[in-house]
Amino acid sequence: MTATVYRTPDEALDGIVDGARVMVGGFVSAGTPSNLILALKRRGTRDITLIANNIGFGDKLDELCEGRQVTRAIATFAVRASSARESHFEAQYRRGEVELELVPQGTFAERIRAGGAGIGGFLTRTGAGTQVAAGKETVTWAGEEWLLERPLRADVALLKAHRADRLGNLSYRLAGQNFNPVMATAADLVIAEVEEIVETGAIAPEAVDTPAVYIDRLVRCDPLEVRWDGR
Amino acid sequence: MDAEGPPRLTRELVAMRVAQELPPGSVVNLGVGLPTLVGAFMPPDAGILLQAENGILGYGGFSNEAFDPDLINAGGQPVRLNPGASFFDSTASFAMVRGGHIDVAVLGGLQVSERGDLANWSVPERGGGSIGGAMDLATGARQLIVAMEHTTKTGAARIVRKCAYPLTARRCVDLIVTDLAVVEVVAAGLTLREIAPGWTPEAVAALTEAPLTVAADVREIAL
Repeated sequence: MTATVYRTPDEALDGIVDGARVMVGGFVSAGTPSNLILALKRRGTRDITLIANNIGFGDKLDELCEGRQVTRAIATFAVRASSARESHFEAQYRRGEVELELVPQGTFAERIRAGGAGIGGFLTRTGAGTQVAAGKETVTWAGEEWLLERPLRADVALLKAHRADRLGNLSYRLAGQNFNPVMATAADLVIAEVEEIVETGAIAPEAVDTPAVYIDRLVRCDPLEVRWDGR
Repeated sequence: MDAEGPPRLTRELVAMRVAQELPPGSVVNLGVGLPTLVGAFMPPDAGILLQAENGILGYGGFSNEAFDPDLINAGGQPVRLNPGASFFDSTASFAMVRGGHIDVAVLGGLQVSERGDLANWSVPERGGGSIGGAMDLATGARQLIVAMEHTTKTGAARIVRKCAYPLTARRCVDLIVTDLAVVEVVAAGLTLREIAPGWTPEAVAALTEAPLTVAADVREIAL
């Protein structure tokens, strides 16, 4: 069950087919698998259901949307109320060319956790009495209204970590964790982009953030330069 | 629009007033936009821990050093860390938010209703909006302060009887701080506690759609 190490991000995506449900870790610039996202763009995979926290102006995921490879997105932050500097995704959404399921961020994280942990659903107060509740079962308990939320899984997860060992154990840097550890649990094929691959045992057991059991493929890539645009 | 009226508070002054509400030692989440400015006005010795829902507890002000893409707040802005800071993943972050471990959340607002409903994520006529962590924070934080402009750019009231925009959460707002007033949400409705210098309760009420009860000890906002 040792993770397979690939030479390039393009090769690491071998087998991803049109129509795939693809989860992508990261939060704006932090912990985002930029090399894998751009490889998915080069691959030309189409009709993707993209499951990611945010798609914004200047994000690599928006570059993926540029070529209309994404037909459906499940996200927490993808369309701003203002239309200044419209992203490709926003333009396509406003023209009705892509579908968007907008999810509160805590519900998004917990649905993925449920998907990865074999949990069939959970109750949350978040979203009760709002548009998010549309079509969902509600439960009154402890004097409050709760929404029944269902798990979320994907065919493929693309992750970014700082280091991996050859077995597939991952450690993250600074605020680079965000959705990566939970997405590692909730896809059939899990591919991690890392800045460094070390020998098994070189990451101290207590420093392992994501245990190797979840990781199928590794690729070492230099991080792409990201500039802050002052938003 | 207030060509004849006294000046309104700047965004910085609104943020400064909000900062006065944060108890020493509290755990606080600041939303994007105006609430982000609050961080600059917190007393440095108050021991307030700022939580960013992307996975940081204990960040400080904005960083002017070389941009590190892995060290940002939930608005994508580069931040510094205070001693004692910690990192965690999104499920742990939202356990903090949804589990009642955040003492105060400060969020921006589009509309607040007389019973404390908040609408802050979508402007339907502009085609969209985004939820991010807002619904979780509005539902899970122990106290919710909304910092916003008292009226829209065209002069329409933002404190309304019933929100016309899509809701973030029902009955969640505790305090509204605007460029004209400090308004408390209580069981009976809205209480006008403070007004901007030079303004009268009547002038503020005229720019407020929801009925306001003027507090017996209503006073000028002091900074």
